Amino acid sequence: MKKLTPGAKIYLAIIFIILYAPIFYLIFYSFNSGGTMNSFESFSLEHYQAVFEDSRLLVILINTVIIALLSALIATMIGTLGAIGIVSIKNKKMRNTLLSFNNVLIVSPDVVIGASFLILFTMVGVKLGFTSVLVSHIAFSIPIVVLMVLPKLLEMNASLIDAAQDLGATRRDVLTRVILPYIKPGIFAGFFMAITYSLDDFAVTFFVTGNGFSTLSVEIYSMARTGITLTVNAISGIVFIATVLIVIGYYFVTNRTRASHKEVQQ
Amino acid sequence: MTNKASKGSLFPYVIWIALFVIAPILLVVYYSLLDLNGHFTLANYVNFFSPAYLTMTLTSFWYAFLITFFTLLVSYPTAYLLTKTKHKHLWLVFIIVPSWINLLLKTYAFIGIFGLYGPINAIAEVFGLEPTQILFTDFSFIFVSVYIFIPFMIIPIFNALDKLNPTLVYAARDLGANRFTTFRRVVFPLTIEGVKSGIQVTFIPALSLFMITRLIAGNQVITLGTAIEQQFLVAQNWGMGSTIAVFLILFMVLIMVFTGNRRKRGRV
Repeated sequence: MKKLTPGAKIYLAIIFIILYAPIFYLIFYSFNSGGTMNSFESFSLEHYQAVFEDSRLLVILINTVIIALLSALIATMIGTLGAIGIVSIKNKKMRNTLLSFNNVLIVSPDVVIGASFLILFTMVGVKLGFTSVLVSHIAFSIPIVVLMVLPKLLEMNASLIDAAQDLGATRRDVLTRVILPYIKPGIFAGFFMAITYSLDDFAVTFFVTGNGFSTLSVEIYSMARTGITLTVNAISGIVFIATVLIVIGYYFVTNRTRASHKEVQQ
Repeated sequence: MTNKASKGSLFPYVIWIALFVIAPILLVVYYSLLDLNGHFTLANYVNFFSPAYLTMTLTSFWYAFLITFFTLLVSYPTAYLLTKTKHKHLWLVFIIVPSWINLLLKTYAFIGIFGLYGPINAIAEVFGLEPTQILFTDFSFIFVSVYIFIPFMIIPIFNALDKLNPTLVYAARDLGANRFTTFRRVVFPLTIEGVKSGIQVTFIPALSLFMITRLIAGNQVITLGTAIEQQFLVAQNWGMGSTIAVFLILFMVLIMVFTGNRRKRGRV
């Protein structure tokens, strides 16, 4: 392989600096005892303290995590079952139709999803708040779960199922002891993606959240509209650590399943 | 048989499609035909073709085009050089990590960075330039949007380049093509699918940005997304908001058709 020229290295370095600079800029000033993001006065943890003393903000943080975990869990269940169902459809046209419907919410702009869900909830009479946000997050996470599980199901050898049935496995056994263990990595990936979708969503939540309920994204938006508050910087520090931990945790889990997979194969 | 069991497992999924994919689209179309008092009317559509809305649509497209163009301009070389590094997949992870940080936080950072007393102006001052307001300009809007979209553009291009068989490049070089010709005639055409999916994931969201326009462009830039938000949540004119949404969906379908890949048929 050819070595990169110095020019190429500088280019890549600049890209990486630009990508990370804003994030570290935020975190750096979260330790500023002053109130601005311009001049660093002295090291202080007062903004972190402010986050943990602000019970409203803590409730919002907990809400965000609950919504993310719960919506990812339910979306993973519906999405995995849906993917198993899609694969079982023999009619090609029918299968492709379902897959096209699946992709609609992935390519739709957030604003359109948010606006149309707002109309939906208002017509059905769902009160805007926790329920509407949770249901929306489940709704837009399902297609990504399907897309993560589907390749695993397609690569699975159908004779595995036949063999299990010949050996007397019931339908339930086939599902829980053959299919699900095989597609586990896909399910994990789907669950993880659903969590990140939920945590990162702003636009849809902004439309379907009522007055009393808020997630972190929506709260940061309203705080940022009023100007600079270093509390937001402290939140970003916490979010950054949490993100890194989730990523490491995800790699740990997938590597472990991959390793156990290899053991089985050996 | 398993078939029946699997069909049963489709049940919640099909309900999801009916309730959250089909119903919302139908509702948006239905609402676009209503006026403020809930009577049927085509006035919203007539309104959309008024000069004010047409200009807004055109500017929205222009901004989305600029954002996509600059994102591609930065991302393609980055993806290309990344595939040449030793631990390319590790470096790719480092590109992806910033995209997992909450979008709002990254945008908020730029309020400080581009501010009148922010670091960019501080650097400019060292070179003897007067501090200027960078926030609330077209430049800041496009810069921040490009920043947000770069990882999403790099990933598909990286994957396309990664799949490219290097022997094809060697063959082209052996046959006397110089570096530029090799790139223009071999590498780029073979990675065009990656570029297309990169454009898809950039252009459509760029048309519908509304949070960045509010925070960074300070209401100076109005995109289709901003207009929908405005109609729904501020003006409470759901009919007009739905009409714009209908057109946004139409534009989206058109873009998907133009950039859709025809290779899928090849899959067994």
